[in-house]
Amino acid sequence: MTLDSLDKQLLNLIQSHLPIVPEPYRKLAETLGTTEEDILARLKRLIESGVIRRLGAIFDSRQVGYSGTLCALKVPAERIKEVAAVINSFPGVTHNYLRDHPYNMWFTLLVESPARLEATLEEIKKRTGIEDILHLPASRIFKIRVNFDLGEDENA
Amino acid sequence: MLSQLDKEIIRALQEGLPLVSRPFLALAEKLGITEDELLAKVQDFAERGVIRRFGAAVRHQDLGFVSNAMVVWQVPEERIEEVGRLMATFDEVSHCYQRPARPPDWPYNLFTVVHGQTPEDCREIAARLSRASGIASYRLLFSVAELKKSSMKYFVEK
Repeated sequence: MTLDSLDKQLLNLIQSHLPIVPEPYRKLAETLGTTEEDILARLKRLIESGVIRRLGAIFDSRQVGYSGTLCALKVPAERIKEVAAVINSFPGVTHNYLRDHPYNMWFTLLVESPARLEATLEEIKKRTGIEDILHLPASRIFKIRVNFDLGEDENA
Repeated sequence: MLSQLDKEIIRALQEGLPLVSRPFLALAEKLGITEDELLAKVQDFAERGVIRRFGAAVRHQDLGFVSNAMVVWQVPEERIEEVGRLMATFDEVSHCYQRPARPPDWPYNLFTVVHGQTPEDCREIAARLSRASGIASYRLLFSVAELKKSSMKYFVEK
């Protein structure tokens, strides 16, 4: 979709500052010099077209009590669809990308406990028959930039 | 620790803020609490870091940041902190994490995500990071296909 200048201003503003007040859209309208109806119509359009993936709270998975990791495995070209279907079937798998490396399938996994993490990886190994899975939980986070959405709400 | 009510609030909030004049009131009514109670809870979550950000998650591809790469670095253990902090200061770096190396197959222990207009941009950014840090052993991993991308839903599995 084409974004006009007010769409862009709105997106810039709400990426970091959606007001936590009873009438947040009216507040945004005042800031941007338009009406609440206009803001609501624009947001609806931006959400429906997929420009906005989620509006509202982006949670910190660790603070919520979840455990996460980044995993990678080597999948033969002819098995990519089938293996991706197994991996993607877990709701805690939020991102899965093919990358140009012998370890070609990279996914993030978020689950309620460390035990669940191990159990899920074991099940993936069993169902795909691929034993060699790199399991790379973050030991330290130096930066998560808030105005890019690439996995920031995953914190795996 | 999160209470049962906290979890219910998280479940409700992660469905997205309703597009109505008083969205917190609409959610609060479903939760059986008052608008003020919900607003106070959201403020509290934001202050405690349970909510990292209250705003919009935007698909950056649609905003002109068309290329990104995962750049992985082999950093001597004793330099991890210094190099991690340095790379984090670059605007083009959105994420910078330390992760365990798994030698010999996987020697890399520092992960960054870099953003540019083109893949060539990303290579140049990585080269700049390498010069700035003195870390010569690194690799760019471009994504060639997105197999899944979804927002996490907490407390929905039983």
